Amino acid sequence: MAIQATYLGMPLDINDLDVENLAYFKHCAAHDFHLQKCSACGLLRYPPTTACPWCASPKSEWISVEGRGTVHSYSEVHHAIQPAFRSHTPYLILLVDLDTQKGKPSEHEALRVVGNLVTPDGTLAPPDMVRKVGIGSRVRMVYADVTAGLSLPHWTIDEAAPQPDKPWRYPQE
Amino acid sequence: MAMPAETDTTSPKYLRDKYAIVGVGETTYTRGSGITTRALGTWAVRNAIEDAGLKPSDVDGMLSYQSGDSTFSTFIAGDLGIRPNFYMDVFGGGSSTEALIGMAIGLMEAGMCKAVVIFRAMNGFSQVRIGGTGARAAAPVSGDALHGRAYGWQSAGQMFSPTFMRHMYDYGTRPEQVATVKVIHSEHASNNPKAFYKKRFTVDEVVSSRIICKPLHLLDCCVETDNGTAIVVTSADRARDCRHPRVLIRGVVGRCNKPRTDMHYQHGPISTVAGHYARDILWPNSGVGPEDIDLTGSYDAFTFTTMLQLEDYGFCKKGEGGAYVSDGTMRLGGRRPNNTSGGHLCEGYTHGQNMVIENVRQLRHDADDSCPIGPDGKRQHTYDYREGGCRQVKNCELSANLGWANPGTGSAMVMRRG
Repeated sequence: MAIQATYLGMPLDINDLDVENLAYFKHCAAHDFHLQKCSACGLLRYPPTTACPWCASPKSEWISVEGRGTVHSYSEVHHAIQPAFRSHTPYLILLVDLDTQKGKPSEHEALRVVGNLVTPDGTLAPPDMVRKVGIGSRVRMVYADVTAGLSLPHWTIDEAAPQPDKPWRYPQE
Repeated sequence: MAMPAETDTTSPKYLRDKYAIVGVGETTYTRGSGITTRALGTWAVRNAIEDAGLKPSDVDGMLSYQSGDSTFSTFIAGDLGIRPNFYMDVFGGGSSTEALIGMAIGLMEAGMCKAVVIFRAMNGFSQVRIGGTGARAAAPVSGDALHGRAYGWQSAGQMFSPTFMRHMYDYGTRPEQVATVKVIHSEHASNNPKAFYKKRFTVDEVVSSRIICKPLHLLDCCVETDNGTAIVVTSADRARDCRHPRVLIRGVVGRCNKPRTDMHYQHGPISTVAGHYARDILWPNSGVGPEDIDLTGSYDAFTFTTMLQLEDYGFCKKGEGGAYVSDGTMRLGGRRPNNTSGGHLCEGYTHGQNMVIENVRQLRHDADDSCPIGPDGKRQHTYDYREGGCRQVKNCELSANLGWANPGTGSAMVMRRG
C-alpha cells in the first residue's frame, strides 16, 4: 500500500507501484534490515532494484543483513538545502561499507549504504558526536521511524566495536 | 599540423576532422535575466548562427538539453524561422554538450540534416536554482531519492563530496592544492569581460571562505547564473564557407559511465571518475593523447571536478591531480591552460557549454578579451596575462573538453584548429 508521510519537513511518497521500495522500507520499519539476494548469482544489492546489477536476473528474495560496517567516505554539511535540516547543521552524510559482501564481487565493490550519523534513537547527531566520526569509523545501523511501514535506516557509532585510534577527518578543522 | 601516427585499428578514424563547429553564441551572464528561457535560447541561437555567417534557414537540426527547467527546440525554431528536419530535447545537465555534438555528427552522417544547432537556456539563478534550493528542495521525495534526498543528500556538492573526500583520503590531496583551481580560473575570468565574477582570488581566500559541505568551501563551488548558450555544428566542407577559421572535431565520447551508474558509489575506487573509462574512447577516436593537447576545458562545477577529470583522462598520474592543478600548468602562460574563460567557477554556469564555446574561440585565435581590435577587424593579442589583459593562448592548435555530469558520468571532445 502506498505510503505518504513527512520527515524533517520533507514529503516522502512511496507509490503503490514501487514494490521494491515498499518492501525495503517495510523491513526497515521492523528494524530488521533486509536486502535483495539474487536467486541466480547469490549476490546482495543496494539500493533496491528490479533486476540484478551483476547477472540481470529478475528473481530475488529479501534476506536479513547485519547492519554493521565501516565509514568509506562522508560529507559534513554546514549549509543545508532542505529547510528542516538547517537546525541540525553540521550533519554527516555517511557512505558505509557493510561488512557483509565487502570486496565482492570485485575488490572495488561493497554494499555502500547511505545514512546520516544519528544518535541511537534516530535523531541527527549533535556537533560533538559529528566530530568523532570519519573514514574508518565503525558504525551500526539504527532507524528513524517515520510512519507505519516506513523507517529510514541510519548510522550511529558502534560503541561495542574497536574503533580506529583516529578516524580520517577532513584536514582543515 | 602533423598528427601522431595512427596506431589503433578500431576507432572511426574516417570521422576525424569531418565535422566542425562553425558558430558559437551566448547571452550576458546575469543573476536576474529578466527574460524567459525561450528568450534566452532564442538570443543564443541567433547569435551562434550569426557568428557562423549563416542564416537561420541554413540550420535544419536542433538539439537541446535540460532538466525540466527550460524551453524546447520547437519554440526557438519557430521564433527564428528555422524549419527543422530533426530536433530532440534531451534530459540532462553537465556532460550533455559534448554528447550532443557527437549526436549531431551522427545525425549528419545519417543524412538526416545538414547543420545542427545545440542550445542550453537556463535561469539557473532566478528560476530553477542549480544549487537545489527552492522548488527542487520542496518536491516530494520518492523512488531513488528515498535513498538520497531523504538524508539531506541532494545538491550537487552534497552528492559529489564523498568522491572528493575519498580522493583526499586515498592520495593525500590538500585543500590548498584544489583551491588553486579557483585561483587560476579567477585569474582567467579577470581577463574575460563577459565573466560574472571578474575578481581574482587567493588560495587563502578560498580555504578561509565558509564551509558549504566538507570538503567544499563556498569558493570551491561554481556560480549560479541565468544564460543561454548555443553552438552550430556542420560538415568541415561546409565550414569553409563560414565566417571564422574552422574548428574541427577530432573525436568525441558522450555520457560514458562508471559501473553501477544508477548508484555509482557501489563500485570503487570512488575517487576514480567516469573519465577513467571515457579516455579509452576519446584518445583513440581523436588520434592524439593528453601530451598533445594545448588547452583544456575541464568542467568546474567544483574545484575538485576539474582536478578529478584531468587526472582520470591521463593529464597526470592517478593521485597526482592535486599537484597538477597547483603547479602552474593550467594557468594562462603555463603548459596547458584550463578554462581560460573562468569557467563555471567564475564566468557563469551553463552545464558545460561555455567551456566548449571558449575553446572554439581560442582555436580561432580570437578569444574575446580586452585586447585592441586591429585594422583587419581581428584582436591584436598581447599575450600579457596580467589582470584585465589578454587571455588568448598563444599558437594553440588542439583542445580537450572534459564534461561532467557526476562522478559516474562524463563526456569529452577533442577539437583542432582547421
